[in-house]
Amino acid sequence: MSSQTAEHEVSPPISDWSARVATWWAIFQINFHEKLVYRGDFMLGTLMRFLPIVTQVFLWSAVFGARAAQEGDAAGETEIVGYSYHNIVAYYLLSTISRAFSSMPGLASGIALQIREGEIKKYLVQPLDLISFFLLNRMAHKVTYYIMAIIPFVIVFYLCRGFFDGWPPPEIILAFIASLIMAFMIGFFMEASIGMIGFWFLEVRSLLFVYMLFSFFLSGHMFPLDMLTALPGPWGLIVKSLPLMYLAYFPAAVFLGKIEGWELVIGLLVQLAWVVAFMVICRLAFHYGVKRYSGYGG
Amino acid sequence: MQDRPSYLLVWLTFLRNSLVRDLSFRSNFWVECIASMSWVAMNLGFYLLIFSFTNSIGEGTGWGKFEFFVFLATTLFINSLVQTFFMPNIQEFSDLIRTGRLDFALLKPIDTQFLVSFEKVNWPSMANFFFGIVLLSVSVYNLSYRSENPLVLTPWMVIGYPLFVLCGVAILYSLMIVLAASSIWLGRNQSLYDFWFYITSFSRYPMEIYRGPVGHTLQLIFTFAIPILIVVNVPARILARPLGIDQGAATQLAIFALFATAFSLLGSRWLFVKALKSYRSASS
Repeated sequence: MSSQTAEHEVSPPISDWSARVATWWAIFQINFHEKLVYRGDFMLGTLMRFLPIVTQVFLWSAVFGARAAQEGDAAGETEIVGYSYHNIVAYYLLSTISRAFSSMPGLASGIALQIREGEIKKYLVQPLDLISFFLLNRMAHKVTYYIMAIIPFVIVFYLCRGFFDGWPPPEIILAFIASLIMAFMIGFFMEASIGMIGFWFLEVRSLLFVYMLFSFFLSGHMFPLDMLTALPGPWGLIVKSLPLMYLAYFPAAVFLGKIEGWELVIGLLVQLAWVVAFMVICRLAFHYGVKRYSGYGG
Repeated sequence: MQDRPSYLLVWLTFLRNSLVRDLSFRSNFWVECIASMSWVAMNLGFYLLIFSFTNSIGEGTGWGKFEFFVFLATTLFINSLVQTFFMPNIQEFSDLIRTGRLDFALLKPIDTQFLVSFEKVNWPSMANFFFGIVLLSVSVYNLSYRSENPLVLTPWMVIGYPLFVLCGVAILYSLMIVLAASSIWLGRNQSLYDFWFYITSFSRYPMEIYRGPVGHTLQLIFTFAIPILIVVNVPARILARPLGIDQGAATQLAIFALFATAFSLLGSRWLFVKALKSYRSASS
């Protein structure tokens, strides 16, 4: 430890940063190559992800058909809360992109498991920051995933291009990309914070289940959240005030032009605020959690 | 000494052991019950949302709100039975292969497929079965007392419904055994559970929603090649009697379901036995 502090004193801040970047790059590369090993599994898994959408598309096609007959609309003109049938299909496809950014399989449960089994102390004694380490891991994982998944995604979107009304204007695309990146950040820091609850309660599985349940239905993964606003009562307002909606609904709705103008700007700012909030929560949880940590396991 | 074990007694012991195990962590037991029921409640909420925008799933199919809830209750019965009795075992099975612990199952003087399919019972999954009973009662009540075209229960419906629910369970069980057998050949089959989830997601809606050329192809594949569409559809149609469906065709499908069940059970058994022969113990 003392030699390290000595080194810090001697080396100028620039090389300190370059050393740090080199560490990050090494972590990133290790993960990148590790993930490449399972590329076949990756591609198959991605294609399978679109299967549930097939049933959703047929379900909504049936619902729109019945509604058109009920209301006496001409074919293709029926709308539900401003979404045409084509919009709904496009929405489901886009929400898979949102989920590709925001979903963090195994992050919270992994952190909780490492706390419970005492594995986390291996990170505590190393001269690197645990949260950044996990974040880099996740980024490497995601980048690898996108490289692998781009082929199935392009195939599916090309086949379904008829459901989109062309490309949105450039500023919307920029907003879409920004919201996706922030969706990744919210997803990461929120799940990491939940995992850190493991410092206080050793078993967080049931808590994780509750989170998963809510995030599945209230992130907009199952249906466009605008449908809740059509219901009587404050449901729409409540759900749209939760950070969960940024994980799937918000980016997709932005791309489809359902959120525009000031509403879009405010939406992006609120999303940014959630990112910062969860970053702080995650840091605090880690800071106080480590103080409680008693290093179980061998 | 009897050379043939009493399968019923062994099975009852499995039931008892699992219940004892589940109830030794009593609060965990209740948490699991509540968790799986809230999952279903959320799904029910989603369908209620859909029915706030339309009065039926598919124009002219007759799958109105309560008809569809009969369908949903049927899905709950079948899935909860599968999850209670088979899911925990099959999930364990690929582990048995990978670690070589299947050796112990093979050595026991009892049928291996019986042992690996029934050993564990996950009692908390039965919570959804009771959820299904409540949902079914409410739906059938509403269908029977509506002013227009009320549902009249006949003895055939009362006998046929549970019979075809069991057929549905048997078909899903066979599919699981096929997947398990495939994990003997593949050595490791991590996405087995994912695959299961994605394939069975096709069985969750009335088959009439699969329309158009793609829909009809899917209908054919999932009726005749992998018969998961008939798992829920056949019993649900018997009880809900949606108006848009030709009863003659429905009867034909029910008869087909009986054959499909027998074929699935025998076929999966054959495949399982064949796969066991290529099992090479993996332990150290």
